[in-house]
Amino acid sequence: MSTHVPISAGPHTPRATDSGRSDGPSAEDGTTTATPAQPRPARRHPTTSIGGLVLRTPYWIFTGSLAVIFLFPLVWTAFASVAPHPGTNQTDGWGFGNYRTLAHYQAGIWQYLANSAFVSLTTVALTLAISLLGGYAFARFNFPGKNVLFLVTLAILMVPYATMLIPLYVLLTQLNLQDSLLGVALVLTMFQLPFSTFMMRISFEAIPRELDEAALVDGCSSWAALWRVLLPAVKPGLITVGLFAFLTAWNDFMAPLILINDSDKFTLPLAVSNLRVQVQGVIDYGATEAGVVVLALPCIVLFLLLQRHYVRGFMSGAFKG
Amino acid sequence: MSVSMMSGRDRRSRRRSRPASPTRRGQALKGWLYVSPTAMFVAVLFIVPLLLVVRMSLSRWPLLTGDQGVNAPDNYTKVFDNRFFTDSVIFTLKYTALATVLLITLGLGLALLVQESSRWKGLLRASFLIPSALGLASASLLFYVLYSPIAGPAAELMNDLGWTFLGSPTGALLSTVFLIVWRFAGFYMLLMLVGLQGIPAEIYEAARIDGASRWQIFRRITLPLLKPTLALTTIMCVTGSLLAFEQFYILTKGGPDNSTITVVQLIYTMAFQGQNDLGVAAALSVIALIALVVINAVQLRAFHNPDEK
Repeated sequence: MSTHVPISAGPHTPRATDSGRSDGPSAEDGTTTATPAQPRPARRHPTTSIGGLVLRTPYWIFTGSLAVIFLFPLVWTAFASVAPHPGTNQTDGWGFGNYRTLAHYQAGIWQYLANSAFVSLTTVALTLAISLLGGYAFARFNFPGKNVLFLVTLAILMVPYATMLIPLYVLLTQLNLQDSLLGVALVLTMFQLPFSTFMMRISFEAIPRELDEAALVDGCSSWAALWRVLLPAVKPGLITVGLFAFLTAWNDFMAPLILINDSDKFTLPLAVSNLRVQVQGVIDYGATEAGVVVLALPCIVLFLLLQRHYVRGFMSGAFKG
Repeated sequence: MSVSMMSGRDRRSRRRSRPASPTRRGQALKGWLYVSPTAMFVAVLFIVPLLLVVRMSLSRWPLLTGDQGVNAPDNYTKVFDNRFFTDSVIFTLKYTALATVLLITLGLGLALLVQESSRWKGLLRASFLIPSALGLASASLLFYVLYSPIAGPAAELMNDLGWTFLGSPTGALLSTVFLIVWRFAGFYMLLMLVGLQGIPAEIYEAARIDGASRWQIFRRITLPLLKPTLALTTIMCVTGSLLAFEQFYILTKGGPDNSTITVVQLIYTMAFQGQNDLGVAAALSVIALIALVVINAVQLRAFHNPDEK
């Protein structure tokens, strides 16, 4: 993808772009406006009067209801999973009946959680290791075939998932990795490579060369320079790459669907999706809700914890062509 | 990690350190050493399967017995003769057009809405983004319950009206599109925000001093300067939508009346459900790959601006 998005300044600095072009009156961004000397239309003056508040009400209602639309499905599911509902394991009173159904479904939720955790953590570890070394090589070394390899790695993005999974199903069988969680993790790692290699390459390129050159002059090997000097500097990139790899691997549905047959080796999304048709085609909605909560909770917690970081990693360079 | 500072410094240091030839060979060796894990993954899990899928598409290759020798071009004629082929292509294109238009417009709209930094807008941003943390499969399962005429929050209303979300082909399509918008709008908003940040504030100031209206500013400044971002997001969105699978596999299961079968779903069905013919599935995979490459090339060309250097 040769698309180039110019980012002229670091993302952390609040840009003056923001200043006066708000859609609504700009009471609360009065502090970020550029220079007070700037001539501005009178109506743009920060207003704290009652009239200003009244004028803002439609805006509050509009944006507030947008937020509600986005949050409602999640909140509703969380409540519904503990609410009583006929046809589920939680028929009267509130409680965790649906989660008990989930816990005892076939191999048990712990088995599926362990499978998912194994696949996700293996994918994260492999992705971090490979893209750290690969990004270092692409950013700091000249070797024959460098550009071709980089382009081929990015080309993974262009190939449909399904196109790859059909031959991978055959290939993994030949490698004795059929029906194996390790095979799924390897495949997921491969699909992570375009983003993670790209991200790590620009992370390394953003570090001044003087830093590692000084270390090399001081007698460090390139390995020691990477480990001692550069690693701390690319940590933000690594966190973004790791978070992406985890979220993708934890949530991936299609790779395990195609590559795993043994129901004891199902990952969580696959198990929850199969759980729907547990009892003779009757759908246990309660257990499905509980399953969605178990699936979504780690992602949302992780996302909220690292949100600042994730957004920043994105904005700082992911789209610098 | 400021990008603007980086480029100058990078150029300067590269000029200074021109390595001598033996060092360069050492460099190349080390470079290959560090990049070898990447190269191995790409070779074994990307290049080999890519060649394999072409070979499979030219061979008789049942799921259980494996390679039975070349039978080209039988698999390709079987794909075109498949009774769902045309319908799935038309449906996939329809879905792609709808999803892309909605996601790009909403992504841009939301980005403009939350662009400035304030506490309230930070909250809005976070709430638009939270669905993006969910997997597509989890989101589909969530909406499967939400749309359900038995357990969903609108169950009673649906019973009274005698209508269900997923009951009619149009309803199923629109319901799935809503799910996709819910899941991805925040993500596209984030990409748009990145693009909006790249537009210098001075241009807006100048336009405002010249008395441009808000609409004029948007039409004449924001949109043209956002073109690279719009190109990137459109290509991503089109690619993602053309390859839609989970949402339909989980939410509609291709129904009602096989009206919501996408191309990827057809590949899966050919390979693992019923026919169990990996050869035919591989043929359709190859067709999908070629179509995707062509579509993306056309898009890149359409977005390419001859005025730019």
